[in-house]
Amino acid sequence: MSNLIDRLSYFTASPEKFSDGHGITTDESREWEHAYRGRWSHDKIVRSTHGVNCTGSCSWKIYVKNGLVTWETQQTDYPRTRPDLPNHEPRGCSRGASYSWYLYSAARLKYPLVRSRLVKLWREAKRHHPDPVDAWASIASDPAKTREYKEVRGRGGFVRAEWEEVNEIIAAANIYTAKEYGPDRVIGFSPIPAMSMVSYAAGSRYLSLIGGVCMSFYDWYCDLPPSSPQTWGEQTDVPESADWYNSGYIIAWGSNVPQTRTPDAHFFTEVRYKGTKTVSVTPDYSEVAKLTDLWLNPRQGTDSAMAMAMGHVILKEFHLSGKSSYFRDYCQQYTDMPFLVRLEKKGGRYVAGRTLRSSELAGNLGETENTEWKPVLFDSKSKSLKVPNGTVGSRWDKSAKWNLEMKDARVGSDISPEMTFIDDKDEVVTVGFPYFGNLENDQPIFNHSDHEGILDRHVPVKKITTAEGELLVATVFDLMVANYGIDRGLGCANVAKSFDEDIPYTPAWQERFTGVPAAKVIKVAREFADNADKTHGRSMVILGAGVNHWYHMDMIYRGIMNMLIMCGCIGQSGGGWSHYVGQEKLRPQTGWQPLAFGLDWSRPPRHMNSTSFFYTHSDQWRYEKLKLDEILSPTADKEKWKDSSLLDCNVRSERMGWLPSAPQLSQNPLELAREADAAGLSGADHVVGKLKSGELQFSCEDPDDPKNFPRNLFVWRSNLLGSSGKGHEYMLKHLLGTTHGVLGKDLGDDKAQQPSEVVWHEDAPEGKLDLVVTLDFRMSTTCIYSDIVLPSATWYEKNDLNTSDMHPFIHPLSCAVDPAWESRSDWEIYKGFAKAYSDLCPGHLGVEKDIVSLPILHDTPGELAQAFDVKDWKKGEVDPVPGKTMPNLITVERDYPNTYQRFTSIGPLLEKLGNGGKGINWNTEAEVAFLGLLNGTHYEGSNTDRPKLETDIDAAEMILSLAPETNGQVAVKAWEALGLATGRDHTHLARPKEDEKLRFRDLQAQPRKIISSPTWSGLEDEHVSYNAGYTNVHELIPWRTLTGRQHFYQDHEWMRDFGEGFCLYKGPVNTKTLALVTGHEKGDKHVALNWITPHQKWGIHSTYSDNLLMLTLNRGGPVVWISETDARKIEVKDNDWLELYNANGAIVARAVVSQRVPEGMTMMYHAQEKTINTPISPTTGARGGIHNSVTRAVVKPTHMIGGYAQLSYGFNYYGTVGSNRDEFVMVRKIENVDFGDENPVTEAAE
Amino acid sequence: MNIYLNELLFGIYPYIAVLVMILGCILRYDQNPYSWKADSSQLLRSKGMRWGSNLFHIGIILLFVGHLVGLLTPEAVYHLVMSAAVKQKMAMIAGGIFGIMCFIGLTILLWRRIMDPRIRATSTFADILILVVLYLQLILGLATIPASAQHADGSSMIALANWAQHIVTFRAGAADFVMEEAFIFKVHIFLGLTIFLIFPFTRLVHVFSAPVKYIVRPGYQVVRKRG
Repeated sequence: MSNLIDRLSYFTASPEKFSDGHGITTDESREWEHAYRGRWSHDKIVRSTHGVNCTGSCSWKIYVKNGLVTWETQQTDYPRTRPDLPNHEPRGCSRGASYSWYLYSAARLKYPLVRSRLVKLWREAKRHHPDPVDAWASIASDPAKTREYKEVRGRGGFVRAEWEEVNEIIAAANIYTAKEYGPDRVIGFSPIPAMSMVSYAAGSRYLSLIGGVCMSFYDWYCDLPPSSPQTWGEQTDVPESADWYNSGYIIAWGSNVPQTRTPDAHFFTEVRYKGTKTVSVTPDYSEVAKLTDLWLNPRQGTDSAMAMAMGHVILKEFHLSGKSSYFRDYCQQYTDMPFLVRLEKKGGRYVAGRTLRSSELAGNLGETENTEWKPVLFDSKSKSLKVPNGTVGSRWDKSAKWNLEMKDARVGSDISPEMTFIDDKDEVVTVGFPYFGNLENDQPIFNHSDHEGILDRHVPVKKITTAEGELLVATVFDLMVANYGIDRGLGCANVAKSFDEDIPYTPAWQERFTGVPAAKVIKVAREFADNADKTHGRSMVILGAGVNHWYHMDMIYRGIMNMLIMCGCIGQSGGGWSHYVGQEKLRPQTGWQPLAFGLDWSRPPRHMNSTSFFYTHSDQWRYEKLKLDEILSPTADKEKWKDSSLLDCNVRSERMGWLPSAPQLSQNPLELAREADAAGLSGADHVVGKLKSGELQFSCEDPDDPKNFPRNLFVWRSNLLGSSGKGHEYMLKHLLGTTHGVLGKDLGDDKAQQPSEVVWHEDAPEGKLDLVVTLDFRMSTTCIYSDIVLPSATWYEKNDLNTSDMHPFIHPLSCAVDPAWESRSDWEIYKGFAKAYSDLCPGHLGVEKDIVSLPILHDTPGELAQAFDVKDWKKGEVDPVPGKTMPNLITVERDYPNTYQRFTSIGPLLEKLGNGGKGINWNTEAEVAFLGLLNGTHYEGSNTDRPKLETDIDAAEMILSLAPETNGQVAVKAWEALGLATGRDHTHLARPKEDEKLRFRDLQAQPRKIISSPTWSGLEDEHVSYNAGYTNVHELIPWRTLTGRQHFYQDHEWMRDFGEGFCLYKGPVNTKTLALVTGHEKGDKHVALNWITPHQKWGIHSTYSDNLLMLTLNRGGPVVWISETDARKIEVKDNDWLELYNANGAIVARAVVSQRVPEGMTMMYHAQEKTINTPISPTTGARGGIHNSVTRAVVKPTHMIGGYAQLSYGFNYYGTVGSNRDEFVMVRKIENVDFGDENPVTEAAE
Repeated sequence: MNIYLNELLFGIYPYIAVLVMILGCILRYDQNPYSWKADSSQLLRSKGMRWGSNLFHIGIILLFVGHLVGLLTPEAVYHLVMSAAVKQKMAMIAGGIFGIMCFIGLTILLWRRIMDPRIRATSTFADILILVVLYLQLILGLATIPASAQHADGSSMIALANWAQHIVTFRAGAADFVMEEAFIFKVHIFLGLTIFLIFPFTRLVHVFSAPVKYIVRPGYQVVRKRG
């Protein structure tokens, strides 16, 4: 009744005692317990997840009380796994558990914000120009006006605005840009659709409908391992984490499993109870090192030396000795080992050339179609040359022979490919193999050896007769054994008889590079292979960013892949290549693509590879110090590359149709289409004509000319400037035109060699972007630098879909509460832009034709483009033929006034052209009709009778209905479509689930397992865990490569010129960024350290790094880790402030002095927000930066190759990558820390 | 002093103050039990707490006990063991020692509360007010020592004790006893009564919840019966 009166019970019986008075009974009120019940009571629980790039994809319960999200806990209602496998749940980690903090925090964006100086200009302009597009034109065309707001980007000055007003500014800017410069000057960056597919699709659909450009992310983040497309013709396909439990031997190589794959790490621990041995390979004593049986710590960046040595051991002890028949059979059927390579005479020796093709042989070996694309092997049964089933030529010749049956592709007879000519050789010749281990690095921590640049080794060969005459050929296997330096009794100096000889690539040889004892390397290699032999492939390597972020990551990755392929681990349960970097697996991809890129209305969309884009347009190339002759192979013809720079390679690549371009051409594509119409020419012919005459150029040939600038940038679901933006300070300088910390000189100041293909402007432009718009739920570093910041719904306030490569479930994000304050879901925001665009464009844009340049794409018949040598039409080596020797040029119709109607309905192209992906296509009329019934259809306007896409759930249903992974009947159609190419029936893989159809609300009820589809190479069924390559091995579906097999050998001309035909050791490159800042030390003690930026413990990239709960767990601001030894050198104690700088910029952070870190490196957990406790750098005077303030993108020519089977462009599939680990920084202590808060930047807030 | 004002402040105000305290505490305990706490800020910063808090608490508890015994013991009772003059001397010495202890402690606490930005930021108006009031009251109390010294015979002390005993025994004319006393005593009494008045609105309520019972509670296993 009353707290007080209830206690007044002095006359009631005294408490009963027991146990000699040691215990008493009580009956005092339990009312107080209600307080705790009330604390944990809630009104509802809603299932959602965290749309963050972390691969976790964990199902969470979101608790709602009084209309507010109060907390979240892990869901534990996943479908069960098999009886012999642990369950996936509970999934989650401390980071996810802290997410609800954001919703009502100070970091939350609550209202649309606009830069005050910009909105003043806008309102003033609107007074003079009632038409908003004219108003924007009056601002954008006046450099004095734009400078006003560009120069204060990142320096505060936001004011609240109304949605209507910002939508108008944005649409007006987009329309003006399309009209004046071309729609391809409107750029959008958003990463990892798998995090929140509908949100991604909202922006990309808008951009695709107006002809804007969607930027890639996987390659830019350097999460893409280009070695995967090189080897397998696959972006990345990996085993789910549950498959770790099926493994017998796991090496965690540069992947910090417990820290960065937290919800999955339990499988790694559980499998050890079965007796599985685990080995970690990391230079620092990381969390995974503590978890494994053995820790190997090669010096950072030298992993390929160790992988080569392990490959040396495996090849010698298991292949050459004939010990493993499993390995032999596997390699014979599933790898390119038996294929024949032409040997070319160079100087006194031979070098490996490209693979032999049927077109070079008499009568094309009986082949008639795609003969240049049918590599040849030697059949030991018939003792003759054969084209086997499954080559890329067969893939596109409609012969239904694209499979891995061991048959002659022409007559269907059984064959037995010969792996080696050692017993049946015509001759033994000297073949030269390039060697890069003798290159000196500027930094003494990276060693080199004194071996010669070309290693001559003896190889058994056969003589064959071709149209050109007599030719020597060798098998890939024989060349590879020679490349690994194993003695086969053929007599020559550069091969090793024992593992102790110091000859590349023995275990003894690798010691000087890695510091790991040879004995350990031999032991691990033996155990790894022995387990794989006995278990038929159950050896696995889990690898990640740690080894992928080096300039020569391909060599590290291929070294590891070689081990796995040699041991028959790819495509086997419990085995394989487990690359987990980025949440790249968009499982219902083929259902999502039409939604995301507006393929239902117009094709193709504009895509761009971001690394080349930012390298070019943020002018990072102007500071390039890496020269081609530093990375060219000693066997290459250096004369051919004499005047070239990295950027020149990229320009050539774009011109030859290899990599995409954006902005595309130096003239507005709408205008080009109008000219073509006026001249009565097709768009393609007109453009080819103008290009040929030199009237027209590709934009990349003069990126600093204002007509080629990217003009408008959208960033959503991303922290482009606060996270993975390599060359952060260059972006601030050249793209944004604001305060920056660039210390280095550009090539003009430096009197260095300038690119030959690109126009050099003495004064580099600053502030290329006229408008930067960012959508986010929190005030990130990118928001701070934007002109307009829009509040988006959080992951608990919108409906969306989420998948991961780590598990086979598809998750929903659900609207637990309505978007708080004035925030809106991404879908609603972009719908708003589309509406404003439609409303504002009359008078400026109508129904227009747009000429889109499209590179030669992988998984299309076009990938059979440039079979032999590289020929540049601009140099007159070949005619410019769109889609063959240069990009496709496709005229697309854009109905600008109906942008909104198109955005909100499913267009007719799906019925007309079907749907598909990865080279197959199926009819999808039934699904579109179904969506009309499910979502309803429009009843008026230009989209009458088209299925509706009004809401985010409508959009989710479109993905789920169209994708084979979530709609069984589509899966059956997809497998049927694949069967047309392979000539085999695969539909049994989906038949049992034909009637299974997942709807959005099904997912909200429980996470659902996806259905097996040919989009992916693994199966999701009752018998196996998802494992990449499984259907290649067990369904005999070829890899999507030149030979249809896994490639040890890369025979493209550029690959050979850069020495990457076969895998070998390449150490870190010289970035030369320290030489440029000598003199900045000012007498302070300093030390040069290698800059390593691993993934966070207290954040997922930058997300959570500004979250109070996570900040509390660490040190509440930016930190870098250094070794005790290096700390002593510069007299630094734990928690002291450090400045780290090089030519690219500077960072200020506290020191974590730890035994974990080896001497010579410093680690900064990447993407710590600049918005949290970041002081001013004394050296640059700018705010102490993010981890990318000291990096700069450096592109690699081999990543630019295209038009060549698996080496053809695909969005996020191939292209240059933003590596950043070869970088060094100068580190010193700073005594007086200046946070720059004495003098707030008030002028920006005017 | 004006007779009416004297009667109001020392005859009626005591009852108002005590009534507000009693009713205020009951209502607060009933209506807002989670506000019934000491609100210690030691978790935010422990610096200065060992000396400040201990000196303050020991000092003030002993001062309170001294006032209680000194004012409410009837003259006839203490005359059995000592004279009024001796009692006053004792009171001055003990009060002086405990007062200084309390003064040092309170100075530290007040300094900390106002000057430490972390503590300051988490303080309510009442948190600062109560410290300031106690500080003033303590200074006033210490300042009465010279006034007492002028009446070595203990006459002032007897007058004040009579006032207190009349108040607690609801006898009329209590205010008359202090009518002629030194001004400093009056201010001290008035502020003391005001502390009673604001008591339920501050953290002082924790006085009633000091876990004294723990010392003598029986049993180490406390259970409920089924049903």
